[in-house]
Parts: sequence; structure tokens; C-alpha cells
Amino acid sequence: MITLSHFIVLGAVLFSIALASLFINRKNVIVLLMSIELMLLAVNINFVAFSRFMGDAAGQVFVFFILTVAAAETAIGLAILVLLFRNRSTINIAEIDSMKG
Amino acid sequence: MIDPSVFQLICFYAFSAVTIGAALGVISLRNTVHAVLALVLTFFSTACIWLLAEAEFLAIALIVVYVGAVMVLFLFVVMMLDIKQEHIREGFIKYLPVGIIVALIMLGEMLAMIGVRAMHAQVMGANPATVAGMSNTEWLGTALYTQFLLPFEIAALILTVGVVAAVVLTLRQRTGVRHQAASQQVLVNPRDRIRVVKMAAEVPAAPQPAPGKESTP
Repeated sequence: MITLSHFIVLGAVLFSIALASLFINRKNVIVLLMSIELMLLAVNINFVAFSRFMGDAAGQVFVFFILTVAAAETAIGLAILVLLFRNRSTINIAEIDSMKG
Repeated sequence: MIDPSVFQLICFYAFSAVTIGAALGVISLRNTVHAVLALVLTFFSTACIWLLAEAEFLAIALIVVYVGAVMVLFLFVVMMLDIKQEHIREGFIKYLPVGIIVALIMLGEMLAMIGVRAMHAQVMGANPATVAGMSNTEWLGTALYTQFLLPFEIAALILTVGVVAAVVLTLRQRTGVRHQAASQQVLVNPRDRIRVVKMAAEVPAAPQPAPGKESTP
């Protein structure tokens, strides 16, 4: 029998993997963007599971909106990445420090 | 003969194993193109898990929208940029212990907080869409177009803004290149280009002699 905890644990594990990626891939912007996608996917798994177990359509509608916003975010993020590579010829975060933050 | 619920559980474990393995591949593969392909596998097996939860519309939407559009965009950008692999891997080993420790602590905290044992008591009941006498798509669409109509319109607006922003960001005005100026082309007045002249009609000339005899040698 599949229970609610199966889905929740899967979402938590995926989220933790994406969180570890933020630490170990700190030079590569593309992998950072991909780990954000993984985090959103983990959240979506939770939404789908709760929607199914609570019998409420609002959870699945929210997944729909998260997918929309994530697609827009990816398009703009990759556009910024292309712009960055065109101007600086690198995507290494350590070298992108012109704002002295 | 396997009990259907046991079979579902076996499928769930298989898809979860593929999902987690592919996610580990995303964050650890050396080649970025391979990492994107591992992400595609992650999304695909997650869509299978959503099918097990009977969220058919979202599973198909995840494959069509994410694997079909967003991941192809990722692959396109990764292959377009000429990335030097050796600099990008700096600090991978150095920060690996920190990353693993933080991830494990956070995983433990999340599992402790949500109370896995209490949620284990919740067995998947009847599909709420089937109980309402609808398919999953109909159930989702009914909520989307009645309760959530305004957020739906705003989502369309967000997508439009995203498209415009992506185009404006990557547009560049290069000098010394010949290109069409569409606005000037539209604004052209025909009278500036062609002059129509009124003139008298031509009188037909006298009939020529038949050319048959001249052509023979």
C-alpha cells in the first residue's frame, strides 16, 4: 500500500539532494539552475501527494502554476546566462564579482 | 498473482530509486550535457510516480512542458556555450563533506518535523476525481476555470512577460551589419517609388511582311 509518507519522504530526499548541490557545485551556474529545478520538483511531488490524499483539487492547480512560473524563470535565467557568457566569456561565479557584493 | 496494491508499491519503489539515482547524477556528473540528460530522467520517472498518484494530467504536462520544452532549452544553452570543464569542478571535493552534512541534517529535520509515522497511517483512498464522477483532467479543469480563473490569467501574463524579457535580454544591436528595418519598410509610401504617367494610347503599326522567306538559307 502506498501511503502519504512514501511521497513525503521522496520529496524530502530530492530536496536534500538539491540542497547539497548548492554547496558542492558552487562554480557552475547551469548546475545551480538545475538544482533549483530539482527543488521545485520536490515541492511539486508534495503538492500532488497532498492533493491526492486530501481530495482537494487546489494542490494540483498549484502544481500547474508552479510549472508555469518555473518555465518563465528558467527562460529568463538562461537568457541572463547567455548574456553573461557573451560579455565575460565565463560562467564561473567566482570570476563574476564586478558588483563587489 | 501479485496483489495490485503490492504491485503499486513495487512500482513506486522502482521509480523512486530511478528518480533519486538520476538526481544524484545531476549534481555529480562531470559533463554538463550528461547532467541535463540525468535531469530529464529525473523528471520522467517523477511523472511515472505522479501517474501512480493518479494525477494523469500533470504527469503528461510535466513530460510535454518540462522534458519537451524546458530541458531542450537547457540542452540548447549548454551546447551553445563553450564551457571549460576543468575550472568548473574546482572546490567539488573541498565542499563535498559540508554539502553532505548539511543535506543529511536538513533531511533528518524534515523527516522528524513532518512525522513520518503519523503519515504512514494514511493509506491512499479512492481517487477524489473518480468519486466525483469525472476524469482527472475534468476535475482539475473544473477547479482551474472556476475557482482559480484570475490566477490562471495572471499565469498567462507571467509567461508573456517571460518571453518578452528573454528576447529583450538577448537582443543585441550589432553595428556594421546590413539588416532589414521593418518599420521603415512598412512606412514606405508607394508614390515615392513609382510615378504613374498619363500618355496617349499607341496606334497599332502597319502589319509586317511574313517572316517565313527570310529564315530559309
